[in-house]
Amino acid sequence: MIEFTAILAWPFLLAGAFFFIAGTLGVLRFPDIYSRLHAVTKADTLGLGLTVIGLGLLSGSLRTTLLMILVWLLVMASGATACQLLARYERERPQVEDENGGR
Amino acid sequence: MLWLISLLLLTVMASMVRVVVGPTRADRLLAIQLFGTAGTAVLLMMAYLWGQPALIDAALIIALLAAVITSALVQFLRREHHD
Amino acid sequence: MAVVDWVYDGLLALLVLGLAAGALYSLSLYRAVVFYIALGLVLALVWARLGAPDLALAEAAIGAGLTGVLLLSALKHQPNKARLMGWPWLPGLTGIAILLLLIMMVKAVWGLPQGMAAVGQAALLAVPESGVEHPVTAVLLNFRAWDTLLEVLVVLLALLALRQLTLPDETFPDAWPLLLAWSRLLAPLSLLLGIYLLWRGADAPGGAFQSGALIAAGLLMLRLVGLSPALPWSRFGVRLSILIGPTIFLLAAMATASLGAGWLAFPPDWSKALILLIEVAATTSIAISLALLVGSDSRELNQ
Repeated sequence: MIEFTAILAWPFLLAGAFFFIAGTLGVLRFPDIYSRLHAVTKADTLGLGLTVIGLGLLSGSLRTTLLMILVWLLVMASGATACQLLARYERERPQVEDENGGR
Repeated sequence: MLWLISLLLLTVMASMVRVVVGPTRADRLLAIQLFGTAGTAVLLMMAYLWGQPALIDAALIIALLAAVITSALVQFLRREHHD
Repeated sequence: MAVVDWVYDGLLALLVLGLAAGALYSLSLYRAVVFYIALGLVLALVWARLGAPDLALAEAAIGAGLTGVLLLSALKHQPNKARLMGWPWLPGLTGIAILLLLIMMVKAVWGLPQGMAAVGQAALLAVPESGVEHPVTAVLLNFRAWDTLLEVLVVLLALLALRQLTLPDETFPDAWPLLLAWSRLLAPLSLLLGIYLLWRGADAPGGAFQSGALIAAGLLMLRLVGLSPALPWSRFGVRLSILIGPTIFLLAAMATASLGAGWLAFPPDWSKALILLIEVAATTSIAISLALLVGSDSRELNQ
């Protein structure tokens, strides 16, 4: 039984790592701030969720799994809110400012 | 598992580039959010790998603080435009 | 050590060095602050790697969280470009000094015996008598309570020093409803986590400084979005909660010195209760002091 869950866990962990890589690629390659916001707050949060599922399967302890799910919920809420906040900040910012000057 | 953690660290390292090139302040703040999420994942994996449940608490705190920092910094940055 | 250990440790070390270099050499102060916060987060990972979850918690809460916000609030009063120092010989001199220091440190570390030192073993053996189960808490509040007392006093001194300065007025724009709702969720959550850390401190990593920093972060969040006014120094309760930690600590020290075995040598039957009392009082003081350090009410100060 334990071995079965361990085998089941690895695809989740690998998929989690995949989404982290995807998120970073998005941050590096996407053309503007709004699309980059999506890359971090969505792909990385999903990556964390898959990692949590994988680790929960591996650990086999209900308490640990629930704690980790709590962490994930917090990160999800934080990611969604941070995305909105940063996008609004960027839209509100006076656009006349020089992009590279004084920052 | 350790390879996986190293892989995550590598992605964190790559996204440092975004802090350097920007171009906007929101981009750099976004990097903090990314560091928070990836750091949480790394801590959770370490907690499992070395059997240290205290690191899950640390992950919880990093997640909370990343959220606080991003929100607080947005408020600080907005202030400068309202002068 | 397997290859993967080297890869992993090497990546962590490179990351720390890169972020530190970024924080030091960024030409824009804002960028430097962002690097610094990220450095704090990665340092927490390094402490976790070294098997010190207590330090990981402290570094995340104080190093990354609170210091980052403190630096950013100071940024407002600085010119936007970092200025280079006027002394051209300074970098070279610093470089030589650091090189000498590095050589000394490498020599010192090279001579260390492998495994646990005798002092560490003596401390671990004495943990059951300390009144708490977690070794780090036992060391901080029983065996080396002196250090912790002085640390609590340092926070108090910093706050008193800040009050001598005249700060420019701080006003924040009206927060968006989204931010208001989010901080209504975040602030109680940090309070809850802070109390949880304090509670766990007896038998697991956690403690007064980490917990105080988290509670301060919650208070600060409320202040930034305008949900709570700045804590007024004129209010008796605020001053009381700033002073209660050092006071109780000093009272305990004096009581043990005059009635018991000596300065801060807790009697074993009482030590659990005493440590708990001191921890709660110190957390209150640290939380309120840190919140005041970062988000102090300048209008009141300028009067």
